Formats: sequence, C-alpha cells, structure tokens
Amino acid sequence: MERAMARLPGAAASGEDTFPKILLRNAQLFGNRTAVRQKDFGIWQSWTWSEVRDEIRALSLGLKDLGLEEGDKVAIVGSNRPRLYWSMVAVQAIGGIPVPVYADSVAEEMAYVLGHAEVRFAVVEDQEQVDKLQSMGEQVPSLTDILYDEPRGLRDYDHSHLHPFEAVQERGSRILSSRPEASAEWEAGFAKGQGTDIAVMLYTSGTTGRPKGVMLSFDNLVISARNANVFDKLDETEETLAYLPLAWIGDHVFSLAQAYLAGYCVNCPESMDTVDVDRLEIAPTYFFAPPRVFENMLTAIMVKMEDAGRTKKKMFDFFMDVARRAGEKILNGESVPAKDRLLYALGEFFVYGPLKNRMGLTRLKVGYTAGEAIGPEIFRFYRALGLNLKQLYGQTEASVYITLQPDGEIYGDTVGKPAPDVELKIADNGEVLYRSPGTFVRYYKNDEATRTTKTEDGWVFTGDAGFIADNGHLKIIDRAKDVGKLTDGSLFAPKYIENKLKFFPNIKEAVAFGHERDKVGVFINIDLTAVGSWAERNNVNYASYQELAAHPEVYRMIESNVDEVNRDLASEPMMAGAQVQRFLILHKELDADDGELTRTQKVRRSFIAERYAPLIEALYDGSSSKHVRTEVTFEDGRVGAIEATVEIRSMAAHAPTGSTQEAAE
Amino acid sequence: MNAIVSNLAQPVGQPKTAERDLLLRVDNVSLSFGGVKAITNISFDIQKGEIRAIIGPNGAGKTSMLNVINGFYHPQEGTITWRGEVRRKMKPYEAASQGIARTFQNVALFKGMTTLDNIMSGRSLKMHRNFLWQMAWFGPARQEEIEHRRKVEDIIDFLEIQAIRKTPVGKLPYGLQKRVELGRALAMEPELLLLDEPMAGMNLEEKEDMSRFIVDVNQEFGTTIALIEHDMGVVMDLSDRVVVLDYGKKIADGPPEEVQASQAVIDAYLGVSH
Repeated sequence: MERAMARLPGAAASGEDTFPKILLRNAQLFGNRTAVRQKDFGIWQSWTWSEVRDEIRALSLGLKDLGLEEGDKVAIVGSNRPRLYWSMVAVQAIGGIPVPVYADSVAEEMAYVLGHAEVRFAVVEDQEQVDKLQSMGEQVPSLTDILYDEPRGLRDYDHSHLHPFEAVQERGSRILSSRPEASAEWEAGFAKGQGTDIAVMLYTSGTTGRPKGVMLSFDNLVISARNANVFDKLDETEETLAYLPLAWIGDHVFSLAQAYLAGYCVNCPESMDTVDVDRLEIAPTYFFAPPRVFENMLTAIMVKMEDAGRTKKKMFDFFMDVARRAGEKILNGESVPAKDRLLYALGEFFVYGPLKNRMGLTRLKVGYTAGEAIGPEIFRFYRALGLNLKQLYGQTEASVYITLQPDGEIYGDTVGKPAPDVELKIADNGEVLYRSPGTFVRYYKNDEATRTTKTEDGWVFTGDAGFIADNGHLKIIDRAKDVGKLTDGSLFAPKYIENKLKFFPNIKEAVAFGHERDKVGVFINIDLTAVGSWAERNNVNYASYQELAAHPEVYRMIESNVDEVNRDLASEPMMAGAQVQRFLILHKELDADDGELTRTQKVRRSFIAERYAPLIEALYDGSSSKHVRTEVTFEDGRVGAIEATVEIRSMAAHAPTGSTQEAAE
Repeated sequence: MNAIVSNLAQPVGQPKTAERDLLLRVDNVSLSFGGVKAITNISFDIQKGEIRAIIGPNGAGKTSMLNVINGFYHPQEGTITWRGEVRRKMKPYEAASQGIARTFQNVALFKGMTTLDNIMSGRSLKMHRNFLWQMAWFGPARQEEIEHRRKVEDIIDFLEIQAIRKTPVGKLPYGLQKRVELGRALAMEPELLLLDEPMAGMNLEEKEDMSRFIVDVNQEFGTTIALIEHDMGVVMDLSDRVVVLDYGKKIADGPPEEVQASQAVIDAYLGVSH
C-alpha cells in the first residue's frame, strides 16, 4: 500500500529533482504561503515561498559574484536560522555543496571537519563562529571568505574577506537590477543539475575515530523526503519547529528536504532557551524530539500536578486513568466501550486539551522520537493523551529513514516497519542491514570506510544488532559490537537489559556483565531523587547515598524490578537465556568525575569492569556480600575513599514464555 | 570592494586615542552631610564615548560622586558642567530627564513585574501621551506604545534575555536581574550611563558576560559610561581612564596602566596610616 502511494507522481517525476528546482516550483505553487518564520524582536517574522526564492536568488548571485564556483564546499555554522537554510539552497543553485557543521563543536574538531571537507566559504551565525573560524587559520587553508548573519561585535574586524549576509545579497540584487536577464541565467544554471548530483555533506559524529563526511545526493534526500511525506500524509499546511542541530541529518530532512517537498512552513525559535515557549506559540503539526525532551515535558507536568489543588489533582488522576484505558485504543481506531468514549471526551475537555495546550502539541498530527530508547511509560502517556507519537529508526547514511511505525501499529519496544522503498535484512551476527533510495553515495575522501560500510550491491551495515519480530517490526537490541554471548550460547545484549532496568524510576544506571560468562550479573545505581522521596514517604531514615543503597527495603524494591525485567526477557525467545541472575546495588553513584561515565552520561563499561573487578568477581563466585574500598573524587577535586560491604542477591530465572510482542496497551 | 562592506570596515565609534569632546566636567566639588565630608575638592572630567571608571576603597565617596553626577545630590561647593552648561540645582524629575541613566549597587527593580515591563518602565519619560489617551486601546498612545516596545525589544535582543521576557524579575537569579537593570537604564537611551558596581556579587561567568555587554553598549550605541567597580581586573580591562578616590579626595587620574603604577593608589588599597 505504502509502496504504491510512494510511486505517485512526485517531484522527481515532474523533473523537480533538486532543491533549487523545487524552490521555483514552490514559489509558483505556494507563492503566498508562509515558507519560514523566525521569532525575532519578540515577533514572528515570516517569509512566503516567493520571498524565500528572492532571498535565495539574491544571495546565490552575490555568492557567485564573490567567486564561489561549481563544486566548491561551503560550511554552514550556527543555530536554526532562515538565512542559514537559505544559504544551503543558494549554494546548491551554483552547483556548490553545503557542509553544515555542529556549531557547538570545539575549534579543533571543527577545524578537522572544515579542513577535510576543503570548504572555500563559510556562512556563520555570529561573532563567536567568526572568531572560531578565523582561529583555525592554516588548518583550513582552502577557506577564503566568511559570511555572517549577526553583525554585533564585528564592526572593528577586517572586512576584506568577511561579509555581512545582507551585503552579499545586496551584490546579488544590484546584479539583478542592472541585468534583469541574470535571473533567467541563474535558473538555467541549475536547470542542468541532476538528482544524482551531491546535495549535501554531513559529518557523522561517530563514537570512534574521526568524523566521516557522508555524501548525500539530491535523489537520496528528495526520494526519502517524498516517501516520508506520503507515509504520514504531510502537506503544505504543516508547521514544524526547527530547533535541532543543522548538521544533524534529521534536521536537514525535516526542516529542509521534507519542507521543500511538501511546501510546509518551518519555524525557527528565537533562541535555544525559548524553544518551549516558541513551541507553545506555534503549536507544530509535525514534530520531532529525542526521548529526553518528552521525558522533561512529562516531568514538568508531574511536578506541577504535585503542587496542584486537591480537586485538580483528583480530576487529573481520574482522567489519566481513563486515558490509559481508552486513549491509545481510540487513537488506533479500535473499539472502545461507549462509557469510556464519553469519559474520554470529557477528559479531553477538562484535562487532555489543556495539557496538550501547555506543551504546545494541540495541533500535532504526527510526532516522532528516535535516537535512543524511550521509556514505555512515557511513550504511553503521550499516546494516551491522543497524541500520535511514533518511533522511527534512522541514520545519516540512510537519509534518516530505515524503519517507521505506521499509524495504528505502534509497539513500544520496536522501531517499526521498513520505511517505503527500504529493504532490510539481518546478518548472521545479528547486525541490521538496509538498502534504500536514501542510501548515501559514499564517504568523502574515505574509500576504506565506504567499502566496510556499504556493500557492492548497496547494502549498508548499521552497526546495530536487532531482529525482525513476527509482526514484521524491527527491534533494535544494542550496538552490534557490544552484543556478546553467554557460555551456553545465548545472546547477551547488555544495553538492552540495562535499558529495561533503567525504565524503572528507582534505577538510575545499570551495568550488565555476561559476555563469555555463565550468567548475567548486573550493577545497579539507585536514583537518589526517586528512592529518596520514597524513603521520606515511608519513614526510612538514611544519612547518605551509601546507606540508602544498602537498605534492605531498597534491595527488596530493586529485586522486584529485576524480577519484572526477567519476566519480560523470558517472554522474548532471543533474550530468555540472558535473564539477570545476580545483582548488586553499588555503594556509590557512577560519576563522570571518577571517569565512570562519559561527559554525556554514558556508562564506560570497560573502565567500570576494571575499577570494580572485585565486585564482578563476587557476582560470579556465589558470595552473598563483599567488602570494597573505592577511591572517589569530590566535587572540589579532593580525592577520598569510601568503604562498604556490598550485598549481592541471586535471582531465579523465569521459564521462557515464548509469546513475542505486546502492543503498547 | 563594494561600498557597504568598506563602510562597515570603518569602526563607528571614535578612535580611543584621539581627543574627544567633553561631556561632563566636575570642578572643585565638595559635598558634606552635616560634619561628614564625603567629597573634598574633586575635579575630573568625562569625555564623550569613553568608559570612565571611578575606583577607591570602601567609603571613598564613589557612590556619592555618582549621585552628584546624576544630580541627586547638589554639592555645597564647586560646579558641574554638563554638555557645556554649568548645572544649577535640579528637581529629581529634571535630573532624570537630562540624559543620565544609572543602575544601583543593590538591584532596584520592580520585583513583581516582568522583565519586559521593567524595561518598558525605563521608557516612561519618553512617553508623551497623557494618561487619558493611554487608557484608550486605540489611538496615538497605542501607536506610541508600539514604538517603545520596538525599542525595548532591541534591548532584549541586545542583552540576550529573550527567554526571560515574561518572567517576573523577582524569580530571576541575581546576575540576570543585574542585566535587566542595565536594560532598563538603556531604555532611557542615555547619553551617560552610570553603573554602580555592575559586577558585585556575580560569579566569573556572569562577570564575563556583563563585561561583554558593557563594552558592546559603549561600542554599538556609543554610550558614554562611568562605572564604579571593585573588581580591579574588570576595571583595568574595560576602562579608558580611571579616577581614584580615597577618603573623599582624588589621589590619581589617568589611563589604567598609569593608575596601577601610582604609589598613592597602592598605599590607599594596601592601607597606610594617615
């Protein structure tokens, strides 16, 4: 069905296969519709598609006049601003290649990327970026000229190779007024462009090694974007908020490719700090956010509800119960008793509507989350409110889309079915491979990486391990390199187990061990806020984290959580063998200052294994407690040591129950 | 090279080294409260476009000096020449409308009002319609309000406080309150901006931000600034000229490096028996 729809005549079929060409189409088709908004000076400033065309044309001609040539790379550095998006298409119209880079990366990292990409020009947001680029000097010898959007603080700079954005547009406009035919020449210039030309280069951050420049063609982006628009029935009436980094493929596709294809409006927030308010004012119909954004919104609501009056609180609890019971079913179009339907309608008026309004999601048609696993409770909360929140799985190399959850087929623990035109297969080691029209052309100046990632016949290794469940949905387990095996041969996916544990509010962090061992053992960190507030309510006294962590009641609570995870694992044929058989609660919080976590709060598995070797040993030698001494770094930098006797518990494994999936309610 | 670019390449502010016009001159001013002599026979000047620091140990008479400059106190002796005219004793209202704005040592904002309203209040002297007009939704007062709001939004953008536009200032951290106060002073579009310890009680990051804003105000708007500050690092970095007071007397006056080397200043700060 989706496939058939995807083949409907679209941009490519009618010859509009590059963004400059689609821009002209939009200016004609949606000339008076708003294409982009930016909140500036407290007001949403807006530009229609025909105004956007004029802006881009002037800039493009100006850039050409400054000496930008076909094939030149142009770095785009800054936050989500209309002018930076325009720059990308303006560069493409000359036959150049935009290279958006992460604005917050340190100068050294940025210098590597810009040097590797051999950028000639850069379009940046403000003085900060100008300073950063100028400090790179000889590391980026190819860089000649810099354009900037925000003039503040730049007045005294040497302007021989530094240009205000307006000044370059002015050059273009002057050319247009002195030679009106310049416009037609400009259009003729990119009319010869093809879908197979390189549209953009995006550098993947990559956890290991240097970033790689992913080269995506217009075909990659245009076809993927068109498919996605068809899949979710997005048209020119959508509103989105562009607030995620420009250099990230997601933003490039949601805020540029799909917006151009569908002709919808992209809204740029006033600043990074005002995103929440701006979302409320815009009320996007199509919205993407990583799980943490949804988590934060939910936490904010729950905290506010704790402070609400009794009547309000009662009403909230009552109607949230109704929503949990009926909301998801109504959203999926399943049958629901008339009474629940009526209550849900009342709830919509009293609770859900106002809540959605507070979050700026009143008009939401479809929302996506991706990047990491989202807690099932959180996911269900939004869906129960009637918000069509879905998960997707994607990569830069795939022009985002690999799998998507179709409407009505939403399962909390899978990432959906292959996106239109995408083929999936699973390698023998469990690694997921895909092939699609969005598959990248190659890595820039890195043939070796291209060879190891993409096969001759176009299959791309994702680096993630997963499997396709009976219902045809893809389930991602872990990074392929982290997946191991127990000595009895069962699959061991540490992150999969850890995530399941971490979804319990009492558990902040978990580290699972088991590769080449006979059973799975787990370290657990309790969440001091959640467990602390539980302790307060239950009159449990404690003086420190260490004391609370060792409390028998806390152990009992965590034990029941672990048991629940085991039951969950037992229901999955591939995972049943990797149930947690031993666990302990660590006597200290894992901390980036001690090198146990990365600065982005990710567990450093091998470091922890080394540091707590005696505890790991205790997990596997059957002992019920272990005395340990651990060095810690205090916040002021002093080093001290804490000693503790840590209890280790054994767990009974559940018999495999075999049933595969359970819908998210 | 095209015209616009080359125009922008020229710094807008006047070069720091050249002689500038005099904005304000203080001649032999003395101020006393009963038997307490707060300021004794002090003379110095402030030139247009400069950042002028007034420093000195506690009780040196710095804040009194600012109060004399903005017309809140009238000195018993000596004259003050503001824009070439010797100033007579003024009513507070006249003092406020002469183009000198200030911030205070302790934040003096309307705590219950939002950032936006606080800064708008800085424009009240520039509103011309009377209160009957202002009561009406339509008409010239509304148009005027829009004009003022536009100016205020420029300031909000300039000080990067968009995110707290609608937040009551009482809820803001101290460093941000200081920034809002600066915003309110800027809303008066003053010719001379007096800052009384703009960095007091701030952490390093907030100080760096505030320094940046002070320099930007001076360069972008061309506002002349006189500031009192205890953080010597800040003073020496920011100011063009420094005047040093001790026990109500002037003990040094000149560029930062000169003042820093002066024995009298070192003695005043380290404490020498008088």
